[in-house]
Amino acid sequence: MTITTLFQHILTGISLGGAYALIAIGYTMVYGILRLINFAHGDIFMMAGYFMIFSMATLPWQIAIPLVCILTVALGVAVERAAYKPLRSAPRMSIMISAIGASYLIQNLATYLFTALPKAYPEIPFLKKILHIGSISSSLVTFITPVLTILLVLALMFLIHHTKVGMAMRAVSKDFETAQLMGIKLNNTISYTFVIGSLLAAIGSILYFTDRMSVTPFSGTLPGLKCFIAAVLGGIGNIPGAMVGGFIIGICETFLVAFGYSTFSDAFTFILLIIILLFRPTGLFGEKMTDKV
Amino acid sequence: MAKNNLLRLENLCVSYGGIRAVKGINLTVPEGEIVTLIGANGAGKSTILRTIAGLVKPESGKIYFKDNDITCKAPNLIVEQGITLVPEGRRVFPDLTVLENLKIGGYLRKDNLDADIEWVYTLFPRLKERSWQMAGTLSGGEQQMLAVGRALMSKPKLIMMDEPSLGLAPIIVQDIMNIIKTVNKEGVTILLVEQNANLALKIAHYGYVCETGHISTEGSGAALLEDEAVKAAYLGKARKK
Ligand SMILES: Nc1ncnc2c1ncn2[C@@H]1O[C@H](COP(=O)(O)OP(=O)(O)OP(=O)(O)O)[C@@H](O)[C@H]1O
Ligand SMILES: [Mg+2]
Repeated sequence: MTITTLFQHILTGISLGGAYALIAIGYTMVYGILRLINFAHGDIFMMAGYFMIFSMATLPWQIAIPLVCILTVALGVAVERAAYKPLRSAPRMSIMISAIGASYLIQNLATYLFTALPKAYPEIPFLKKILHIGSISSSLVTFITPVLTILLVLALMFLIHHTKVGMAMRAVSKDFETAQLMGIKLNNTISYTFVIGSLLAAIGSILYFTDRMSVTPFSGTLPGLKCFIAAVLGGIGNIPGAMVGGFIIGICETFLVAFGYSTFSDAFTFILLIIILLFRPTGLFGEKMTDKV
Repeated sequence: MAKNNLLRLENLCVSYGGIRAVKGINLTVPEGEIVTLIGANGAGKSTILRTIAGLVKPESGKIYFKDNDITCKAPNLIVEQGITLVPEGRRVFPDLTVLENLKIGGYLRKDNLDADIEWVYTLFPRLKERSWQMAGTLSGGEQQMLAVGRALMSKPKLIMMDEPSLGLAPIIVQDIMNIIKTVNKEGVTILLVEQNANLALKIAHYGYVCETGHISTEGSGAALLEDEAVKAAYLGKARKK
């Protein structure tokens, strides 16, 4: 492998990892605040793909992108309100089952509405522009994705650590009751978490599908699982951890494919999950499991 | 001086899954006073405070604050009214700094918090030194100070405190009691739940004794300190000398 192809693969891997990172953050944030694995998150990401297909059918991309973000956020919050909020004081297992139900509901609804046949993902012209840097050449989206991911994570960290909403989120994630005693509205704060998670999933879906050409109702399942594993790898609940986890999985996957082991690239992610759970269940950057009182 | 009742409980009943923890409590807290509620473990003291704070819904009965019915209101509306609870076991936010804990205490306020943060720091100089420390790394006494300071940040008219002396050394307990008196002198009304009946009755204007969900005795702090039944049950033998 020449140095150029090596860099080419690293770039592709980082780019794929960036999209994974954006989705992984949604898992990690919801887990942080509700101790819930939001199984529907991958399907919300898939729906963002369909939203883009239908928006771009009639609208220019400058309008389609914000519209997709809004629709995805609305869907994410709707899932929270309908499937999780009524179970706020139920045992955690019930909410988990509700999450699995929500995931299947969205998948089946998508199959019913859009059929299971792949639909072509629209091209956003400027993202597809080929760029040459030295001997490396790739479409603009490959260069944009990691940069955008890091900028978004920085903005998110600022929001969480330096704003009132962020402070409320951190308080709610530690102690529902005491947060309420401060006057924090629990449901609003939880909704903000879903807003952020879904918004990042929408952006992630645009970056991811632009490189993949088509969407099916099951397009969210495997990426969803991988991003969940990325979140576990980084230490679930930890936002920079989810980003690093996303990058690691993206890079490893790309290299496995490059070396001709593409059949194993998905299996690899799950082996990684088992290894993490065996040797470091709290992930790379996870704190000790402080279970909620 | 005619006393205005700031808080009034009327025949309050609270159940947990069919089991009654609070069985028809009547209690009033006059404006500007320190009222204490003492009683053994499991008597229902915390349940009463949590019901007032809106965390638990009562089965029946009414809660009035300044003659407004606040029964069943959401916790954030209760805080807005000017009632705050220092919960049992302090419950500071461990991975927020001391300063952030104080700021979050004033979460609903739109005005500038700086003057009140300074005020809390003059009440508890030890918190000022530890402003940037994570609250989880504070000692138990410091955490209690922070929990009280955090409650003060909402500029409450009524502070309810659930066993602030729990697990603290006598010297620190005395500090906390002095702070309660200071805060009260600044015009904040206080409803104090305590196991340490002796200390609580000494600083309280009025006291209630709670036994398995009922009020068994009530009277001025001084009168309860002399009450034979209360002495025997809650003040222990130390009072005999
Ligand atoms: N969440 C709950 N679910 C079920 N029962 C509860 C709950 N909270 C309290 N109880 C019960 O209600 C009764 C009163 O409890 P409460 O905590 O109010 O007592 P307390 O007077 O504050 O006691 P302590 O002095 O030990 O704090 C107890 O019998 C307790 O077991
Ligand atoms: Mg109690």
